[in-house]
Amino acid sequence: MKEDVFELAGQRFTSRLIVGTGKYRDFAETRAAIEASGAEIVTVAVRRVNITDPSQENLLDYIDPKKYQILPNTAGCYTVEEAVRTCRLAREAGVGDLVKLEVIGDQRTLFPDVPATLEAARILVKEGFRVLPYITDDPVACLRLAEIGCAAVMPLAAPIGSGMGIRNPYNLRIILEQAKLPVIVDAGVGTASDAALAMELGCDGLLINSAIASARDPVAMARAMRMGVEAGRIAYLAGRIEQKLYATASSPLGGLIR
Amino acid sequence: MSTDADIQIMLNGEPRRLIGDARLVTLVENLALKRGRIAIEINGAVAPRAAWPEILLKPGDTVEIVNFVGGG
Repeated sequence: MKEDVFELAGQRFTSRLIVGTGKYRDFAETRAAIEASGAEIVTVAVRRVNITDPSQENLLDYIDPKKYQILPNTAGCYTVEEAVRTCRLAREAGVGDLVKLEVIGDQRTLFPDVPATLEAARILVKEGFRVLPYITDDPVACLRLAEIGCAAVMPLAAPIGSGMGIRNPYNLRIILEQAKLPVIVDAGVGTASDAALAMELGCDGLLINSAIASARDPVAMARAMRMGVEAGRIAYLAGRIEQKLYATASSPLGGLIR
Repeated sequence: MSTDADIQIMLNGEPRRLIGDARLVTLVENLALKRGRIAIEINGAVAPRAAWPEILLKPGDTVEIVNFVGGG
């Protein structure tokens, strides 16, 4: 089988699992889980520095920007302006111009505000960012993001942190069929079988945070997710059998004793 | 290039008084922040790192200093 490389935004990666850094017990656990996951791209949030305690350790003391591709995100942004300002700041902090765009539309569902996401994506692409947009599993929204010039589309599987898994595999299949960009499932994954399912459908990758960080044993779950993503990808490339209503015997019909 | 400043700015949402020296780099030094990991915005516009040495803060400036934290 020829080498299966993940090409994203002009860069080549081996791992198709992108991980977040939120909700961990501490930085040490964050680092251990990331290592266990095999991820090469790690997403981080952008927040005000702690003015009152500058001696506080920083996340990047534990996650080396030379070893990992740091992917700043605009989590918590509810407007185009907030998201765009956040990306500009993130780029200036010196980890590159690859950004995960989130413009949230609702506090309870944390679903993206689709029109605002499209508008922010337009601005950011024009300013030279490579944009990975978090979006609903809406095939039309994904087409628009491709037209705008994003580097991938990142449809949600289910609400952020919900652990519900791939709620609408049929939309995801349509998105995959029409996709002109890599499709990375982002949000809502719960366990390793969800990740495997996404990859078996043909997704190019997954972004997972809560399912790992909030598992009882995050490092173990990170390993499981790594294996789930790999298993799903190999299964997809291997070409599965069809699903049939009736049986087809596995053993020969002739030569039976009587 | 020192100034006899006594000005009020907004820093990360809180008022802050700068006395004696309104240079941005002085503020960054006084806050003891690691330069390599932060980014600064003044009045809604990103302050490019290369320009920091030349930037003098003015009364009423709104400054945001950010870094990267855990998040998904």
